[in-house]
Amino acid sequence: MTVIINHEKCAKCTGCVAVCPVQNLEYVGDRIEVSDKCTDCGACIKFCPVGAISKKE
Amino acid sequence: MMESYDIVIVGAGPGGSACAKSAAENGARVLLVEKRKEIGAPKRCGEGLSLAAFKRIDLKPEGEWLKQSIKGAFVYSPSGKRVAAYYPNEAGYVIERKIFDKWLAEQASYAGAKVLAGTRATSLVKEGGKITGIKIKDNEGETEVEAKLIVAADGVESLVARWAGLKTTHALADTCSGAQFEMSNVDLEDPHMLEMYMGNEIAPGGYIWVFPKGDKVANVGIGTRHKFAKGKTAYQYLKEFVDSHPNLSKGSILEVNTGCIPVGGPMSGIVADNLMVIGDAAHQVNAIHGGGIGEAIRAGQIAGEVASKCVKSGDCSAAVLKEYETKWYEERGNRLAKLVKLRAVVEELKDKELDYLADQLSGEDIIGLAGAKGYAKFAKILAKKPSLLRFIPRLVKK
Repeated sequence: MTVIINHEKCAKCTGCVAVCPVQNLEYVGDRIEVSDKCTDCGACIKFCPVGAISKKE
Repeated sequence: MMESYDIVIVGAGPGGSACAKSAAENGARVLLVEKRKEIGAPKRCGEGLSLAAFKRIDLKPEGEWLKQSIKGAFVYSPSGKRVAAYYPNEAGYVIERKIFDKWLAEQASYAGAKVLAGTRATSLVKEGGKITGIKIKDNEGETEVEAKLIVAADGVESLVARWAGLKTTHALADTCSGAQFEMSNVDLEDPHMLEMYMGNEIAPGGYIWVFPKGDKVANVGIGTRHKFAKGKTAYQYLKEFVDSHPNLSKGSILEVNTGCIPVGGPMSGIVADNLMVIGDAAHQVNAIHGGGIGEAIRAGQIAGEVASKCVKSGDCSAAVLKEYETKWYEERGNRLAKLVKLRAVVEELKDKELDYLADQLSGEDIIGLAGAKGYAKFAKILAKKPSLLRFIPRLVKK
């Protein structure tokens, strides 16, 4: 399981990186990159102020 | 030959730049790197800074970055009751972060620090478990830099401190989701007064702010918490508020900002061997109003002084760097920690209870509470209403 970022909605606040407990997300070259460490906790999805993150089944 | 510095600071926000300036002025060789290609943009901030904060950081409120003077705030209860809170003298200012942050980094460079934007820290370099440097990456690739001390000033998303084993991750429960429009052509109640709107229907777990940047321009923002929000994003709450507000709905949107506001109080353990953490990365934020510019700068100044002393002496162990943590807690941290208790009470108040408090509290009371003062009077007001009695033990517990 992992998440996908809607880069069109993302306003680059990096709050998802702040709340991710396993460093699955990182701000690289002006956008959020997703790694393969997701534990499906949903913190980033719940945090995102603009609803730019969703679960990828 | 490998580049070598005494101190590498990661993150050129207000905290990182203040730390760089202070360390460089005290004789340290400093490198300040910023991953974003432009320092100060995009902003993630309401841009308010109180006069008290200006005094604490020893900065005169003058410069191109100063936008609007503020004399107080109108606080609106859920039913619409307005409490005017005036500060005794001048209350503060709204600034332009894009200019301010760059200006602070510029000051650090004149003090002797080397500043590099568009340069990202990718990992710590360790020898036998000890931090000896950092890897940084710009357009041309990755290089290793030798350093006696690393300062993690890399914001809410701090990874640098996590690489060193510190738990800087923000718990979702202690985090406000922030959204903001910088708006123009809006009518303000008074262009020198902040407006703050409370209520579980409009801003669950947080509040809405209108911070004037001019007669017709303002940052209109919101903080919400997932625990209290009813399946809606901060952006959705903000849009609903703006669209239904008589003075704002006709306005234009010049910027859309988002942010992560840490409201869980400062973290302890903000130093490790050869590493210090400052600003948002160390959760140094006022848990009631969410402000952090002044906190980050003051922490940066203290950290910079201690850091330069430690590199000179050749001992950057956690035990010695701890002086920064102790000093910062004495000056700011203990007070910020106290505000978390108040936040935990305010966030659970029902709209009717907020209306009751708006009737009982004066503007001065509200200003006092935001600065962790006047808890005794607040407790007395809570005690007058049986349904609010339950909050008192939480407010006074150690």
